[in-house]
Amino acid sequence: MNSVISVTNLSKVYGGGHRALNDVSLDIRAGEILALLGPNGAGKTTLISIICGIVNPTEGSVIVDGHDIIDEYRITRSKIGLVPQELTLSMFVSVWDTICFSRGLFGKKPDPAYLEQLLKDLSLWDKKDNDILTLSGGMKRRVLIAKALSHEPEILFLDEPTAGVDVELRKDMWDLVEKLRQSGVTIILTTHYIEEAEEIADRVGVINKGELIVIDEKEALKHKLGKRQMIVELEESISSIPQSLTLWSLELSSEGDQLTYTYDSHSEHTGIAELLRAIDQAGLLLKDVNTSQSSLEDIFINLVNTPSQVS
Amino acid sequence: MMNVQAVKVIYKYEMLRAWDTLLQSFASPVISTVLYFVVFGSAIGGRIESIEGVSYGAFIVPGLIMLALLTQSVSNASFGIYFPRFTGTIYETLSAPISYIEIILGYVGAAASKSFIIGLIILATAGFFVELNVVHPIWMMGFLILTCISFSLLGFIIGLWAESFEQLQLIPLLVITPLVFLGGSFYTIDMLPPAWQTVSLFNPVVYLVSGFRWSFYEVSDVSVHISLLMVLLFASICLTIVWWMFKTGYRLKH
Repeated sequence: MNSVISVTNLSKVYGGGHRALNDVSLDIRAGEILALLGPNGAGKTTLISIICGIVNPTEGSVIVDGHDIIDEYRITRSKIGLVPQELTLSMFVSVWDTICFSRGLFGKKPDPAYLEQLLKDLSLWDKKDNDILTLSGGMKRRVLIAKALSHEPEILFLDEPTAGVDVELRKDMWDLVEKLRQSGVTIILTTHYIEEAEEIADRVGVINKGELIVIDEKEALKHKLGKRQMIVELEESISSIPQSLTLWSLELSSEGDQLTYTYDSHSEHTGIAELLRAIDQAGLLLKDVNTSQSSLEDIFINLVNTPSQVS
Repeated sequence: MMNVQAVKVIYKYEMLRAWDTLLQSFASPVISTVLYFVVFGSAIGGRIESIEGVSYGAFIVPGLIMLALLTQSVSNASFGIYFPRFTGTIYETLSAPISYIEIILGYVGAAASKSFIIGLIILATAGFFVELNVVHPIWMMGFLILTCISFSLLGFIIGLWAESFEQLQLIPLLVITPLVFLGGSFYTIDMLPPAWQTVSLFNPVVYLVSGFRWSFYEVSDVSVHISLLMVLLFASICLTIVWWMFKTGYRLKH
């Protein structure tokens, strides 16, 4: 697939000496939804801010649709819409005026019909003449999204779009994201809600301490890094794991009625068949068996805590 | 290709902001100027002889217009760019396909237009109090426009530099106001002791007021050509500073 954004060896050191990004390289594919995960202060916002032109890079380059973000900023910026993390809005202007302003700022001629549809899609049409000051937090968030989409961008950055947002708006937002994706817009969102990434993204990147630890297809990531567990429930509790089962490094639950076996899901030899046979031979009676795969959240926590493990 | 739409919307919304706060934007400078007329022109001015053939009330008109122009240009332009920095909405301008020249055209253009309108309103107001006679209207307009632009640029610099509302007020309070009051708005420089006359020549406002007053009454402290040169010099210095600020991303981009 074509890459719409190419980030190469990007580093950012702020004035105070803080290294917010360290040699980050990644390709964002046209039309995909990419979720960037990472704890607070990991460098997600810095990465986005550089691509959008708000922060100057210290080293490295960013190419958007074949154009350099510094030498050809007019072309690259007109392709990008940004929904910032904070509710940064001029409070004393109306919803309609602020989106008209945004569209003009990005060099687009007025198009009332497009903006009307946009506000309707975001359930903002009946608030169009209200001053932003009078809107609720969720409505302000919608206005920020409307501003970002007012110039019909090909690439949309959503920085923590669902922080402090109610269930209804979150659902509306994901519907909109889906609609945008279908119209060909590339979407990059940062979040620390892992379920969100799991639900909506095609690919997931994890950033920690200014470094991109991993980026891959969501399913591939789960497959590559995920562990599977098999939990064996026993008819009768046991006080210790029989000698013949030590080979599998099982964990015994505190009640003594559950054995947990953790294995690598894509290994050639999972050892499940042998384990079940050995349990049988040890004279233990099975009540139930179930398996589970680790979620992105488990993977994420694992990655952030031990970053060296992946490289 | 210039982003004309962007310049248009910045200009338009900056002007709209003034319209929304009509009283503060236009009425307050007019009211304070009227007060100056009442106090200096009528009450005190009546006891002052005419200066170089011009009655004191008429003599102070150009100075009063400059006083309003300078303070309004600085406060409008500094607030216009400081406020988006303060609220964070500047992110949008920084992420837009717009050059720094276009940002300056939008913000400084709007601030300068506002003070220009204020200047004209005060001029018209002054017409009610004293008999006005503009000998060189083109020079008068020239000085008016150049002053609006150069002091709006200065205000823009202050708005980019300030990191708090206190700092935003600091320069106007500590620098602009004294310069304006000591800039010959209410007197001619040769009314001062010789030492202070020399000091006054380092005050850029002296040249502005002098040149502007010359365009009314052909009465001036320094040659009108020197005045014009000094205004142009001041505008170029401000432009250079703004250019440097944008080039380095000073206080705007990390």
